[in-house]
Amino acid sequence: MSEKVYFEIRNLHADVEGSPILKGVDLKINKGEIHAMMGPNGSGKSTLSNVIMGHPSYEVTEGEILFGGQNMVELAPEERAQSGLFLAFQYPVAVPGVTTAKFLKSAFDAVHGEQNIKAIAFLKELRANMKYLGVREEFINRYMNDGFSGGEKKRMEILQMLTLQPQMAIMDETDSGLDIDALKVVSKGVNKLVSPAFSLLVITHYERILNYIKPDHLHILMDGKIVFTGGSETVKKLEEKGYDWVREEYGQEVLAGREEASKV
Amino acid sequence: MTTETTFINDEYKYGFVTEVEADTIPKGLNEDIIRMISEKKNEPDWMLEWRLQAYRWWLNKEEPQWPMLNFEPVNYQDLRYYSAPKKMADRFKNEEGKIDPEVKKTFEKLGIPLDEQKQLEGVAIDAVFDSVSVATTHQKVLEDLGIIFCSVSEACEKHPELIKKYLGSVVPYTDNFYATLNSAVFTDGSFVYVPKGVKCPVELSTYFRINAQDTGQFERTLIIADEGSYVSYLEGCTAPMRDRNQLHAAVVELIALGDAQIKYATIQNWYAGDKEGKGGIYNFVTKRGHCRGKNSKISWTQVEAGAAITWKYPSCILEGDNSTGEFYSVAVTNNCMQADTGTKMIHIGNKTKSTIISKGISAGQSANTYRGLVQVLPDAFGCRNYSACDSMLMGDQCSANTVPYIEAENSTAVIEHEATTSKISEEQLFYIKSRGIDEENAINLVVNGFCKEVFKQLPLEFAVEATKLLEMKLEGSIG
Ligand SMILES: Nc1ncnc2c1ncn2[C@@H]1O[C@H](COP(=O)(O)OP(=O)(O)OP(=O)(O)O)[C@@H](O)[C@H]1O
Ligand SMILES: [Mg+2]
Repeated sequence: MSEKVYFEIRNLHADVEGSPILKGVDLKINKGEIHAMMGPNGSGKSTLSNVIMGHPSYEVTEGEILFGGQNMVELAPEERAQSGLFLAFQYPVAVPGVTTAKFLKSAFDAVHGEQNIKAIAFLKELRANMKYLGVREEFINRYMNDGFSGGEKKRMEILQMLTLQPQMAIMDETDSGLDIDALKVVSKGVNKLVSPAFSLLVITHYERILNYIKPDHLHILMDGKIVFTGGSETVKKLEEKGYDWVREEYGQEVLAGREEASKV
Repeated sequence: MTTETTFINDEYKYGFVTEVEADTIPKGLNEDIIRMISEKKNEPDWMLEWRLQAYRWWLNKEEPQWPMLNFEPVNYQDLRYYSAPKKMADRFKNEEGKIDPEVKKTFEKLGIPLDEQKQLEGVAIDAVFDSVSVATTHQKVLEDLGIIFCSVSEACEKHPELIKKYLGSVVPYTDNFYATLNSAVFTDGSFVYVPKGVKCPVELSTYFRINAQDTGQFERTLIIADEGSYVSYLEGCTAPMRDRNQLHAAVVELIALGDAQIKYATIQNWYAGDKEGKGGIYNFVTKRGHCRGKNSKISWTQVEAGAAITWKYPSCILEGDNSTGEFYSVAVTNNCMQADTGTKMIHIGNKTKSTIISKGISAGQSANTYRGLVQVLPDAFGCRNYSACDSMLMGDQCSANTVPYIEAENSTAVIEHEATTSKISEEQLFYIKSRGIDEENAINLVVNGFCKEVFKQLPLEFAVEATKLLEMKLEGSIG
């Protein structure tokens, strides 16, 4: 692994209840880079995100996930978060009875150590971030994601990301369900984190978010494998023509790979 | 590693035994024993007579069979009905009343300092050791306001007119098997009287401690809030670990006159037995409040986290027009614990309102039943009830049941009932863990969130205690 390669997935295979979903994913993200990932519904994007974060429903059968020199596969989800990984969920989960403030303070303490910030300073910072993301003040005392609208949940994911200050984040379709204004605000929030020390993987179906968060590279995931890696100009082509041409051009490889696998 | 693991009860932190010389009476139950108890307590004849009537009634009663509970029958002849730390036994004869240093230490270990200078601010505590109330703090402040807060025995002696008028007026000795038994053999408990228009400025609290072996604990609490008064009362309980099951059959009566309000909160953490279900407390309790006057209000809040068997239905009789009854409950069962608990709201007066919020958490092989009755009598107009009963299951060997009875005999009644059962979900735990929070704290967050509505009802320091108690019960939940 070269100096600059910060996050690397090697030949990652993962199953759910015995059936393979990820079939050999390879991905390298350097420090400070932004990568975009697209792919048809059901191709395995969320599965990849969940596997990176250590979801217990998925079993890694082969491969590794290297981050900061450590193999994440061996760590519990909380340890992955503590080492600086963050996932903005496609479908955030409600935690009834636990206020946003309480949830975020607990998370912050878990990631950065309890002694490192006083409750008052924390709340001040949180309020500032909320303002930045256009999250109304009252959300501080609402229960995490409980009864939030789809868009509010997505904003809350980014608020969490800003609060926890990860070194590497994955945004799983954060843009889906956001109105045009919200998309701008959220992107602005994300860009606040962008720095030479921060890496980002943006999973999306649409070009528009990539107008605000500019990716250095684009990957296309199909049937559990990355079949194409290129520049962001390909997004336009996808937007116009869909995925058929990708299937035609690169699908053969996937199919060939599959046949080979079934022979073994 | 599965996340829906059975959570294992950690070692019971309060399971120590205090060495004190005790003044006890022989095991067994008969009229002579009752006479002996009454004599030990220096009671007037009318009190003894009441006890004997209750006893005779009890002889013809049988234990209720309807709760969803399974347990070894209690041998009532093999129990001791009175045990008091010896040096305290003659407390009411000798007014000097120094407390046994060992007993004092015990309460200090439980976080209840009895020394005047160390006493908790804002909380007056009546400490009950085995069968006897050993000390009551903050007496002076209360006396100045005319508030009576003492043991029932003391009240018998000093305020017989109040005892005669109110004892058994909400829970008569004919009420049910356990309440009848309690009426015959009750040893002590707390008595509170708040005069007209007085708002009690401190929380009143009782701390029960069962120490002696094979002793039943039968305390009796009576709280009267006179017109326009207010009082908030908290009861906390512990018992040492014993292999034999110990019986606890308490009776609590609350009376709220016009415009009066009583808040009654319980944090129950009796020894629950070991993981195989050996030992632990049988907790058969009758708690009932009577909203006698207009606009009166009674709120029950309970956190039931201990005892091998819990059978308990704190109830409200809403007789005064426009009176309000509330029941907020968290019941946690683990290992082999069994709880059958809930409430009864009896709407008699017009425009009476009641709210029931019940949260059951079951883990291990435990069984947790909510049983509740909402009854609106035919000539009670404009009554309302809202009930929400939520159950959370941890693991797949435990069970949760909800048994709501609704008897609305007046068509103007508005009754809403909601019930949910959920498993602590892997998705929720994963989401929380993905934010850096470990499994144990993730479970704590979910559970405390689940109980939030109930904890909100507790005075702040007790809410903190309740939160800690649940966390303690959940400790070591990682398989
Ligand atoms: N927990 C699970 N149990 C069963 N099947 C699953 C599970 N998780 C994912 N799958 C299956 O794996 C495949 C990939 O799903 P995934 O959610 O990763 O797709 P995606 O690329 O994120 O799709 P979308 O664009 O619709 O979000 C789908 O066929 C899905 O049904
Ligand atoms: Mg997805």
